[in-house]
Amino acid sequence: MNVETLFALCACALVGIGLYGLITQPHPLRKLVAFNIMGSGVFVLFGALAKRGAAAGMAADPVPQALLITAIVVAFAATAVTVALLLRLIESTDTASLADEPSAGD
Amino acid sequence: MELWTSTHGGALLAAVVLLPFVGMLLGVVLGGRQVQRAAFVVMPLGLALALGIALAWQREGQTLVFLLGGWAPPLGIALRADGPAVAMLLAVSGVVCGIGLFARADFDTPEDVKESRAAFSYWLLLMAVWGALNLVFVSGDLFTLYVALELLTFAGVPLVCLAGSGETLRAALRYMLFALCGSVLYLLGAVLLYGGYGTLDIPLLAGVVRPGPVAWTALALMTVGLLAKTALFPLHLWLPPAHGGAPAAASAVLSALVIKGSWFLVLRLWFDVMPGVATLGAAQLLAGLGAAAIVVGSIVALRQKRLKLLVAYSTMAQIGYLFLMFPLAFEAGVLVHGAALSAGVLQAIAHATAKAGMFMAAGLVYAALGHDRIADLAGVARAMPLAVLAFAFSGLALMGVVPSGAYLAKKLLLDAAEGSGQWWWTLVLQGGAAFTASYVVLVLANMLRRPAAPLQGVKPVSSLSQWAALGLALCSLLLAFAAVGPVSSELIKNPLDAGELGTTLLVILGGALLALTLSRRSLFAAAGAPHSDGALRRTTVVLGMAIEQFDAWVRRWTTAGLLMLLLVGLFVGLLRAGQAA
Repeated sequence: MNVETLFALCACALVGIGLYGLITQPHPLRKLVAFNIMGSGVFVLFGALAKRGAAAGMAADPVPQALLITAIVVAFAATAVTVALLLRLIESTDTASLADEPSAGD
Repeated sequence: MELWTSTHGGALLAAVVLLPFVGMLLGVVLGGRQVQRAAFVVMPLGLALALGIALAWQREGQTLVFLLGGWAPPLGIALRADGPAVAMLLAVSGVVCGIGLFARADFDTPEDVKESRAAFSYWLLLMAVWGALNLVFVSGDLFTLYVALELLTFAGVPLVCLAGSGETLRAALRYMLFALCGSVLYLLGAVLLYGGYGTLDIPLLAGVVRPGPVAWTALALMTVGLLAKTALFPLHLWLPPAHGGAPAAASAVLSALVIKGSWFLVLRLWFDVMPGVATLGAAQLLAGLGAAAIVVGSIVALRQKRLKLLVAYSTMAQIGYLFLMFPLAFEAGVLVHGAALSAGVLQAIAHATAKAGMFMAAGLVYAALGHDRIADLAGVARAMPLAVLAFAFSGLALMGVVPSGAYLAKKLLLDAAEGSGQWWWTLVLQGGAAFTASYVVLVLANMLRRPAAPLQGVKPVSSLSQWAALGLALCSLLLAFAAVGPVSSELIKNPLDAGELGTTLLVILGGALLALTLSRRSLFAAAGAPHSDGALRRTTVVLGMAIEQFDAWVRRWTTAGLLMLLLVGLFVGLLRAGQAA
């Protein structure tokens, strides 16, 4: 097994763990962490692809790295916004539950 | 046709993306009251830019291209505007201006009033949504589209919780987390495509992509991720509380504009990036979800007690319509840019204008009465005729009455369905209009009722807001005339023509029947309808409640998450099976 395959398998595992957490964990903070794990999986995959996709005698394809850094910034911003929302929610309701409110009611 | 060099007027594309963001940054720097002024300077300029792009596009007779910094793809990034993009740019500019005029009353900060955070945020976010949408329309590569999509989400989510109450914060958080889940799936698909083909530029990718495991998986992942952001049934868990709970001016932005961004991206993927990979089977699944959205969304809308939630569920149903055109756009097994695509874009524009008008009308009623309980709307028609008229016109436009945009779209799709022998979509298209009519009739019947006692304490609402709502509704109702150029004018009939009048009456009658059988009794009981419950009525009540329960079950997080995975699997299977056949 070469290094790229190992990285790809790691990426699969991370995406799987993240997806599992996003679906099953009820607490929003855990969902957010799961999102970050899943995102990391995608980033690892992208990095591994840069190595494999390197053509023209370069050590690695530079485009995925440029895109990766942007994607990481976006994911960081998403995390920050979500944490801010979560803090406001806890501030105003003293709970951090996403539980189904009776939307058909009142 | 040259897609990798800048064309005349290409710089306008960069300007139309930059302008709202410049306005937003200026707003942040100037702060307080100046934000609204910045927004009102940006709005006419943005509209003018969109018009300029439309003119340039017509003069050039081809896709407008702008290479950022003069670097050509695959290393550089190109902005491109084709027909659908130009149409959406124009429509969004118009709707943003309409919403801006409406919002003036709610988020105005006169000299003697203390600045509020909600008003400050609203104008900033409005400009951010606009800029992000423009970027979605003109982006030429899948990664810029990802960034644009995220910008759109980041601008849309805070709009949900402008009011700052616990309920809206929870809705915003649900929206945010589910949208993030969708965007990771999209990014994963994009990464797979890069790994397989070494480029993300749309025309370059379209030239090299071939059906195979990479393309199937990428298309399935990206499509499902985008569906989660568009809130197509069954991935709509976040939509009703988010759209129903936000202030009217924000709901209008979310419902009319924000969901169109991810929808447009599905369009780009299927029609421009992978027209040869998409299969008829997968398109049938996409449209099938749309049909389910129409039925479930409309019936749950009928069972709502509050007007804004009803309108939110109607959005869920209308999203279904936007996906009906996919199986009708196939010719000889390949997706083509044709009448069905035009119909889809027209439908989106018709919905954007009509739904903005409808949410505004609902918001005005709420502001005037202090509540929006549908059962207690009697007498509103007399108290605020303009708002009720705006609601009625938006409703008619959504139903597809001549000469609305939805009518023309329906006509084109019916022709395509007939031409390709897919009769079941004819049924859905005609039945969908009756479902739309049902909740419009239900609300209007309550608004037009004579109140038991004269309405007391109706607060005055801004007439500018009422006219803005009415204006947008009228835009949608008369949209077919604007489309006369691109499509044949013979398609537009006289609305009083016997055949057309017959269809309209039939649709409204069907809607009234649906409303009578499926809505809550309290709404019609007050109107003086008979109280006795026949066997039929009892059955339909049980059916309505069952569908409501089903919707609540689908909107549970675990169910929606598993359905998301199931859909990815189904799409991959159908894409694979279709290619083998």
